[in-house]
Amino acid sequence: MLSEKLKIRLSFLAGILSWLLFTFFDLYLLFVDQYQLNVDLSAILPQIFLTTLVLSTLSYYRYTITKADSINFIDLLWRVFITGLVTTIGSLFIRLFFYIFGNSTISENPFTVNFLYNILVGLVVVYLVSTFVVWKRLILYQKSKNLIQLWGFFEYALLGSLIFDLFGNKFLSVNFNTALIFLGGLGIILAFNLKWIAYLNFKQKWKSILFIILSGIYLYHFLLNLMNFSETGALNLDLLDRAYFVSLFIFIILYAGISILVTLFNLPTSSVFERKLQEAIDFQKLSQSIPAGQSAEQTYDILLESSMSAVFADAAWLEINGEEPILLTRGVTTLTVKDIKESVRQDFIKKILSQQVSNEFAPSKVIGTLNHPDFKSIIAVPVMVQNEQIGSLALLQEVGDAFNREMVDIITTFVNQASISIENFHLIREALDNERYKEQLKIAKSVQKSLLPSVLERNDCFEIEAYSMAADEVGGDYYDIIEPSKDIFNLIIGDVSGKGTSAAFNMAQMRGIFHSLAQDVSTPKEFITKANSAIGRCLEKNSFITAIFFVINTREKKFCYARAGHCPAMYYSASTGNITLLEKEGLGLGILRNSQYNEYVQEETINYQPGDLLLLYTDGISEAKNEYKKQYGADGLKSSLQNHINAPLSKLKDMLINDLLKFLNGNKLDDDYTLTIVRFK
Amino acid sequence: MVEINIQAESDYQLIEVRGEVDASSSIELDNALKSAAENYAKILINLSKLEYISSAGLGVFISYLEELKTNDIKLVIFGLQEKVREVFDILGLQHLMNITNNKEEAQALLNGK
Repeated sequence: MLSEKLKIRLSFLAGILSWLLFTFFDLYLLFVDQYQLNVDLSAILPQIFLTTLVLSTLSYYRYTITKADSINFIDLLWRVFITGLVTTIGSLFIRLFFYIFGNSTISENPFTVNFLYNILVGLVVVYLVSTFVVWKRLILYQKSKNLIQLWGFFEYALLGSLIFDLFGNKFLSVNFNTALIFLGGLGIILAFNLKWIAYLNFKQKWKSILFIILSGIYLYHFLLNLMNFSETGALNLDLLDRAYFVSLFIFIILYAGISILVTLFNLPTSSVFERKLQEAIDFQKLSQSIPAGQSAEQTYDILLESSMSAVFADAAWLEINGEEPILLTRGVTTLTVKDIKESVRQDFIKKILSQQVSNEFAPSKVIGTLNHPDFKSIIAVPVMVQNEQIGSLALLQEVGDAFNREMVDIITTFVNQASISIENFHLIREALDNERYKEQLKIAKSVQKSLLPSVLERNDCFEIEAYSMAADEVGGDYYDIIEPSKDIFNLIIGDVSGKGTSAAFNMAQMRGIFHSLAQDVSTPKEFITKANSAIGRCLEKNSFITAIFFVINTREKKFCYARAGHCPAMYYSASTGNITLLEKEGLGLGILRNSQYNEYVQEETINYQPGDLLLLYTDGISEAKNEYKKQYGADGLKSSLQNHINAPLSKLKDMLINDLLKFLNGNKLDDDYTLTIVRFK
Repeated sequence: MVEINIQAESDYQLIEVRGEVDASSSIELDNALKSAAENYAKILINLSKLEYISSAGLGVFISYLEELKTNDIKLVIFGLQEKVREVFDILGLQHLMNITNNKEEAQALLNGK
């Protein structure tokens, strides 16, 4: 396809060429006629080139005149005005020529007359066609399907008249009149499409009236000029004998006339339309103020300004409660605001202004009268966010009864939109904060992960496996093992009361205590007692830690444990095949923070055999509940262990977890849970 | 979900805790214990309808142990379901709190000593 630029250039070139050929053949025919030359040249040739001149001009303007838009109506009319000015100046030169050479032979020479006439024809074609295209753009602004069809029909009819003209019907002949009446009728129907006028503001309306009147004057001038030429009788080809041009003249004048009248009649209402438009724009501003990255304060400013202009208020204020109360005023002082609040007569408005509105909101009750020297009328609207009044907007007028229901509706809409914007603003901020917290928790999670041993001690005497999962990002479960001296291993499992971040902090403390104490305690009871007094100093009153502490002696193949309120570990004896619970008496760490604590702690020593197994766990597992609220219990874990007791240790761990998850059947665990398994060799 | 009923008897406060006490609902338990400990020297707590208590819930009881002792307030809990009883026992609270099977025993314990 040809590019638009090329089409414009080709149309321009075709137009110039058409005019040259039209003029050439027109004058040539005149020459042939004048000197009775016997040349066989069809008289239709100039007609054809006149037609191509019209078509190429049409094509040129079709591409150069843009579609009508609410911002360019005046530009389009300006264009008509300028084109008219230029072409009229051209035609004035022709008149000047006749004025100067009024009675000389040169002005009576038919060649000169026809040549000048053809120049005028070119100018008229340019002006008529360009104006026609502009009118078309205006008529088709906010077009409907029917309008497009009607317009298409009109254009085809005009094209038809161009072809009709080739047959050389004379002005005012029957066929000519029929065509004129038909096209004129269509033109009148089309000329009443004037939607664009509504979008002009007061000033633009005056401008457009001026431009259209001037365009009409040009048209009149052209018409006079053409008629003058017609009267000379020397014309070989008279434009006024062309139905196309005459109907174009009629159509353009019709539309110009109707436009001027309608614009004139629309002048008084334009202020109303402008106000509505301004309301819509303000509304848009309010709804976009937050996404545009503005603060809540800017939204309040826009709300106050647009509300004032919407109801022609003389003064206004906006009061917002909150951590930092805001009082924005326009045309009143803070002191006057206080006065006005007191001079309100209506209870409901008093309630609004003192920020005591609950859910119910009656639009009819927000208009009130004032007993104040400066202001007589008031509208007060509560600013609600999530059904809570966060502030109030008050608009004031110096005259009484200045406000009506419609104004209240507008203000309410503004306020609602502002509320939504403010709400969104809060939500966005909350979302950002949440995102930040999540990020922090992620960090905490990775920090906590590093607190648990990443690689568990492996040696020739036992295997060990562990698994820990927190219900939230971080948890309060802890397990660890260290080897303070050769063949001695200290193993711990612990559970901080509660869960989440506070539990995680305490878990970190527990780790510190374990690593410092486990190096030089000799018995579990000693560790538990010392840990209790250490932890008692740093835990909250309502927090505690349960733990089991093992001292494993691999040389003597025995282990000793003490239980500090933790759920009893399971001990599997390979020789008997029994699983027993290690449930010596004990008390949670931090529950009793004095020297009596050690009275409640007992320890037990067990000699193990190769193949024996220890299973340590936290109550997250035994208290896990399925959808029927049934607890997994120590029994559930015990039978699961029994079932898989011979599996390799890492598999065994997975199987225990799998059995638990199967029991839960998709129910989410709401506590941290941890497993540690030791199998002796 | 927890439901706490507070009943003032002639010389003691009876608190009934129903349902489940977890981290969030433990605040209600804490409030009930707080007001009881401020106004009464004898407190009875009926836990027969308590289905579950989390470590945070136990923490509430634990946080009052010292205060009760120094102010010489007697607190007896009774009627614990087996699962709940187990939780108290595992932690070792039976050594530090008065726990009885039923209200009669609890009242006797409250008035006896």
